[in-house]
Amino acid sequence: MKLATFRIGGVHPPENKLSANEPIIRLPLPKQLVIPLSQNLGAAPKPVVKKGDEVKKGQLIARGEAFISANLHAPASGKIAKIDDAVDSSGYRRMAIFLDVTDDEWMEGIDSTDELIHQNLPSSEVIRERIKEAGIVGMGGAAFPTHVKMMIPEGKKAEVLLINGVECEPYLTSDHRLMLEKTQEIILGIRILMKAIDVKRALIGVENNKPDAINRLQQFCNADNGIEVHALKVKYPQGGEKQLIKALLGREVPSGKLPIEVGCVVSNVGTAFAVYEAVQKNRPLIERVVTVTGKKLTKPSNFLVRIGTPMSALIEAAGGMPVDTGKIVNGGPMMGKALPTTDIPITKGSSGVLLVDQSESRRSTPNTCIRCARCVTVCPMGLEPYLLARISKLSLVERAEKERIMDCIECGSCQYTCPSALPLLDYIRLGKQRTASYLRNRK
Amino acid sequence: MNKLVISGSPHIHDHDSVSKIMYTVVLAMIPAMLASFWFFGFDSLRVMLVAVISALLMEWATQKFLLKGPLTINDGSAVVSGILLAFNLPAGIPSWMVVAGAFVMIGVAKMTFGGLGKNPFNPALVGRVFMLISFPVEMTKWPVPRPLFATRLADAITGPTALGLFKEGVDAGQSAQTMLHASQMPTEIARFFGEMGGSLGEVSAIAILLGGAYMVYKKVIDWQLPLSILLTAFLFSGLFYLINPAVYAPPMFHLLTGGLILGAVFMATDMVTSPMTIKGKVVFGVGIGLLTVTIRLWGSYPEGISFAILIMNAFTPLINKAFKPKRFGSDVLKTAKI
Amino acid sequence: MNDILLFTLLTLCLLAIVLAVVLYFVAQKFKVIEDPKIDLVEDVLPKANCGGCGFPGCRNFAEVTVKAANENNSLGDLNCPVGGNEVMKQVASILGLEVQEKDPLIAVVRCNGSFAHSPAKVRFDGPASCAFAHQLFAGEGGCQYGCLGLGDCVASCIFDAIHMDATTGLPVVNDLCTACGACVKACPRGIIELRSKGKKDRRIFVSCINKEKGGPAKKNCEAACIGCSKCQQVCPHDAIVMANNLAYIDFVKCKLCRKCVEVCPTDAIHEINFPPRKPKLEYTETNTQPPGGHDRLEKVQPVQNKTVDIE
Repeated sequence: MKLATFRIGGVHPPENKLSANEPIIRLPLPKQLVIPLSQNLGAAPKPVVKKGDEVKKGQLIARGEAFISANLHAPASGKIAKIDDAVDSSGYRRMAIFLDVTDDEWMEGIDSTDELIHQNLPSSEVIRERIKEAGIVGMGGAAFPTHVKMMIPEGKKAEVLLINGVECEPYLTSDHRLMLEKTQEIILGIRILMKAIDVKRALIGVENNKPDAINRLQQFCNADNGIEVHALKVKYPQGGEKQLIKALLGREVPSGKLPIEVGCVVSNVGTAFAVYEAVQKNRPLIERVVTVTGKKLTKPSNFLVRIGTPMSALIEAAGGMPVDTGKIVNGGPMMGKALPTTDIPITKGSSGVLLVDQSESRRSTPNTCIRCARCVTVCPMGLEPYLLARISKLSLVERAEKERIMDCIECGSCQYTCPSALPLLDYIRLGKQRTASYLRNRK
Repeated sequence: MNKLVISGSPHIHDHDSVSKIMYTVVLAMIPAMLASFWFFGFDSLRVMLVAVISALLMEWATQKFLLKGPLTINDGSAVVSGILLAFNLPAGIPSWMVVAGAFVMIGVAKMTFGGLGKNPFNPALVGRVFMLISFPVEMTKWPVPRPLFATRLADAITGPTALGLFKEGVDAGQSAQTMLHASQMPTEIARFFGEMGGSLGEVSAIAILLGGAYMVYKKVIDWQLPLSILLTAFLFSGLFYLINPAVYAPPMFHLLTGGLILGAVFMATDMVTSPMTIKGKVVFGVGIGLLTVTIRLWGSYPEGISFAILIMNAFTPLINKAFKPKRFGSDVLKTAKI
Repeated sequence: MNDILLFTLLTLCLLAIVLAVVLYFVAQKFKVIEDPKIDLVEDVLPKANCGGCGFPGCRNFAEVTVKAANENNSLGDLNCPVGGNEVMKQVASILGLEVQEKDPLIAVVRCNGSFAHSPAKVRFDGPASCAFAHQLFAGEGGCQYGCLGLGDCVASCIFDAIHMDATTGLPVVNDLCTACGACVKACPRGIIELRSKGKKDRRIFVSCINKEKGGPAKKNCEAACIGCSKCQQVCPHDAIVMANNLAYIDFVKCKLCRKCVEVCPTDAIHEINFPPRKPKLEYTETNTQPPGGHDRLEKVQPVQNKTVDIE
């Protein structure tokens, strides 16, 4: 059977799914949780607690006030030690809530059992309200507030919900394990999301390197619930929103527009799971599955981790930091961010911690561009990275805008494949930043 | 413990490199190198060695003494250029001329523009054209091929190439048909395998095509470019053959003689001087095909591929500007698969 | 033969005359009337075309000044920082105006994060662009306000006035600086500021823009400003403002008394081109000569008073 895929570009990095067969283990709570305020795209929420307050697990500790913002909740019961700067995954110090943990009891009104609640799905208004209250954001890494995504703008109609179970980044397996172990919860979450945006069909896209997950999901998909599972060709970046829509629906989202423009809404499987927990069990988003992996790590694992746990705790539980670690990457090797220390806390968007050995951490010395056009061939957005990098270096923002630099999804395929080891994506990111500020000033 | 490294994503690389690409091309050239040794003997080895060594020497000297920059002779590009230059030369060419050609190829056509990746014109072809214009007699003295284990007559026998023979004959008033069956004209088989007069690399079509197939398999070249050149040349020359078979040679003759296949597979596909997108490459190829046949049919040179490629090299930046890759999102609402 | 020569000469001369006449009339018809003062003003400008005045090129600045003189009868804020007061006086006299003498400025690098003060805790691997590194992480030394040392400022300077010091990893400004402002714009962190050159080329400034509290600031750099306010308390001229855990010296109010330099516990405040002071405490002074010929007095830890035991 010919597998669906996106047409332009793409690369095939080695999969290295070292932890694919490791079941999800719940990580024990650390003594202190450091919860950064800025965990979502958009505005950071404002704290509603202060130093010395006692909070219960699941209690609101920060409220999102702007239109695009998300609430934060206490991942455990305890006392607020302080609200102060801490280094977060951006590499910079930003405001965070420090919580000294005392116990692990949910607050009143939250279902603390593991029972599957599949009946009585509420109305779409209640669904959206609960998603908003629970502070759910996109768990694929972008961390866009889900309740905002589920609001269909005036004049547009959603035809189908797409669920991203692709996990195209090498090494990461958290979504894979979630699909295997929490299948029914995910399906319920999908049904809830379908209700929220009023659609009758949902398509789950899963890369073909996860046949067990595809089979398991298929057992619960049928004509009644309107959900289908589609196996997709293994190609990076299949998990990119636009590439997923192209593969599943054959439609291309126009430049600068959102998926709703082509009649769909896309959500990650982890988000669907969180939505189920929020709507059916009244649980806010306080934990997520994180893959801890690396070739030299003794026990690559998938942990269920509370938001605010320092990454050092995960690395310890996975066998400890290997001796010659060169890089600590938050996320996968293609799009993840290199971190300066392991004290950085897990946030809603942290899908993985990858430890790279020193021998693989050094880049080759850049050569000169030999115009081989590999970067053009692999770019999934049909751009010309060699040109964008050069005009970004020269700050030619008007030309950059014309060459569609803002369409770049920063997948890294270009820099991955450049035989001259040119820092293409580094310069393009810089160019995007400069072009974005030029566009903002122009308005 | 060593310090942690902070760099932007991606943090992995597919380990492709400039030298890997260059040495893949060298591997692809081995069949043609072997064919040239088979047909032209140790002379071919001499020419190839002199060309490669002078190219490396020129690049090293320019970088060390003039530019005072990093030495890049390890990347293999000078080796590739050297072998390609040798492929464009007759086996009997004196070594000092080869040295001159290699110096112009590297020094003028490559280094003056800034080195690898910055030259607008194919260096091997610039070297070859320089030699053609400076040493017209030696550059057109084609040793008659003698397969290696055949009995050798006096080595200094030279003869015209197939194209040269045809053009002279037709210009002198003979009909095309007569020329095609002249005693000196190599047979169809000879043209395919290479037992004919010509430069070192151009004679054996099969050797070049083998190399070309290897490069396509290794994704070093795009097959659309050589195909568009050959197809255009075939169709264009075929058109005129149909119009007047008494004066024009059949298209297969054009394909298998001269440097057309060598140019299409190894010279036009040079990454630095050819367009970046597939569409652009096809346009580039069509231009080369048309120009080559035009020069062959009506120009004063019997062979036109070198000039055709150089002329189209000049158009490459324009082609790059005009033919951008298909942007994602340009076909908005194609039929849905739901 | 002679006929041909004569004919050729005549034709060429005729052609030349005809074309000259045509050109003359065309030049008259399409003549651009410009105020002659623009040329005079442009003549006295330094012609560096650096953009420090805020206009694209010296010619454009000349046009703008003449326009301002004609319309407003004053030069307002228009100033050529490269030419300085001398040039502006000449410009003003051409236009028949008075101009206020401006305080000459110089670029000042406000960071103490040298390799010694703020040792690298991680290694950066990527293009040598401060703008890029700023986006990526806080910096090898860990301070997110500190100099990244990759040289965007050096690349932006057209006067050869700022260079990277290889031993400290920080940029150093020399007296070729014309205060055009290019490096100020180039620095993604706003570390460089245009400050008054000062009387006798002396100036005092807080060489730090770290807005973190003292603890985290000092963890990354031992010469950071910790916001302790000692300098503000001791300043007799009200020149120091504390904001966001950071001291800032107003260069207009500062009278160069150096009291703040003495009390700063982390040596974050720098004094430039002062003579060595008479020692009140016993402390050693070292005279370091960075490139550009500026004297920089660096205060080292005070040596304990020796107690002499009298037998």
